[in-house]
Amino acid sequence: MAKDRRQTKSKYTADRNIPGAFEGETVTRRRFMTGTVHAGGIVATAAIVLPALGFALGPVFEKKETRWEAVGPTDDFTPETYVPKVFTESYGIGDVGKTTVYVRAYNPDIDGEKDPEIPGGGDFVALSTRCMHLGCPVRFVAASERFICPCHGGVYDFTGQVDGGPPVRPLDHFYTRVQDGQVEIGPRYSVNSEFERFPAYRDPGQDLDGIGQYLYPGRFSTPKLD
Amino acid sequence: MARLKLPIPPLPPALLPRPKRPGQAEKAKPLDQAKEAGIHAADWVDERTTLSGALRWTMFRKVPKGTNWFYTLGSAAMFAFLSQAVTGVFLAMYYTPSVTDAYESTRHITNEVFLGEFVRGMHKWGSTMMVILIFLHMGRVFFFGAYKYPREINWIIGFVLLVLTFVMSLTGYLLPFDQRSYWATIVAANITASGPIVGPFLGDFLRGGAEFGATTLSRFYSIHMLLVPGLIAALIGAHIYLVTRLGTTAPPWLKADVDERLREDEV
Repeated sequence: MAKDRRQTKSKYTADRNIPGAFEGETVTRRRFMTGTVHAGGIVATAAIVLPALGFALGPVFEKKETRWEAVGPTDDFTPETYVPKVFTESYGIGDVGKTTVYVRAYNPDIDGEKDPEIPGGGDFVALSTRCMHLGCPVRFVAASERFICPCHGGVYDFTGQVDGGPPVRPLDHFYTRVQDGQVEIGPRYSVNSEFERFPAYRDPGQDLDGIGQYLYPGRFSTPKLD
Repeated sequence: MARLKLPIPPLPPALLPRPKRPGQAEKAKPLDQAKEAGIHAADWVDERTTLSGALRWTMFRKVPKGTNWFYTLGSAAMFAFLSQAVTGVFLAMYYTPSVTDAYESTRHITNEVFLGEFVRGMHKWGSTMMVILIFLHMGRVFFFGAYKYPREINWIIGFVLLVLTFVMSLTGYLLPFDQRSYWATIVAANITASGPIVGPFLGDFLRGGAEFGATTLSRFYSIHMLLVPGLIAALIGAHIYLVTRLGTTAPPWLKADVDERLREDEV
């Protein structure tokens, strides 16, 4: 008799002699209550967890405001050598947010044809001191006309191209523009070894040649410049 | 020692201690009751919680023959964690996780707070000790073959604990906020970010944005003192539960004694 009870069971509660069952009902009240409580629990948990996650992840997607900061009159800079200047890259954290930037005038003999679409005009070249191996600060050695990294011996030539050591791409640049006779430093951008511009700048250690540009996607939060 | 009999002052008969009635048990004297107070209190709790069974289950276990000092490395690592937890709580009383005050508050702890240098030193060197002890413990488990069936899950939990300890080391390194902390964190975030596809987003999550910013330090502080210690404590609990449940292994150089009658050549 008990060999195949499941098959003989009707899907209607009324046929299964469940007390209080009514015509055409297929879901028992117990099952309905269980489902309702589970659904309610999921909604309540999500109401707490989702905002908390968004709170923790929010800064990753936050769009940064574009700022320009003057670093000196145009006469300060020549096409022959770099002048170190200090400007604030990260706001609201005091001295920690300041960084050195190496600035010189654009030199067509070394830099070649100027990119006509570069925001701000690009009359000045501003190189970041962030080493493209792991982010240590490089310094410009005037005698050898090289940028040298103290950490693992990364070397870059006068244009910021990798000359030796572990770095995977040339030094990052900053956009520059001239306002009221002052050179202003804007947002950072990355370049690959062909000096192709990547406005969504990448962190150090991220190759931008060939497959690298797809393996290391840029941030969604990169502001548009015009 | 014979008991000293105190002289009894002359008392009216109503106040004299009555002689015991036959068949009656001797009444517990206050001194005896006081002696048993501890047992009574434990009994009171145990009757309502049955904790003693759990305690006996945890503490009075059978251990295999040949158990030696190498088996204490796990407890040593746990006590290293407890020491980190205690010193960490006290350091948090003086430390300020803000980019402008962090270095100054660390300097204040080291140079001005009474025993501050000692407590900070315990925390700093204790973290290294904890990593070393975990590796020794891991080596013991590996070389004794204690990760094998049925203890695989405990090996996995132990591995997660190892990774969490590394996270503690990484996030704690930033907190003194000197040059070394700052650049080490920059490098660590960039190493994280150099993983393909998800790397850049993980790097941003660590820093709390594209740049080392105002939230990075407080983010690291919160991970270091709230998120990861909680996880570590919970996982240590699970780790120890499984050790208690499954027991420890005998050292590999000890062979189990096989009954003479069960030897294959004999059979």
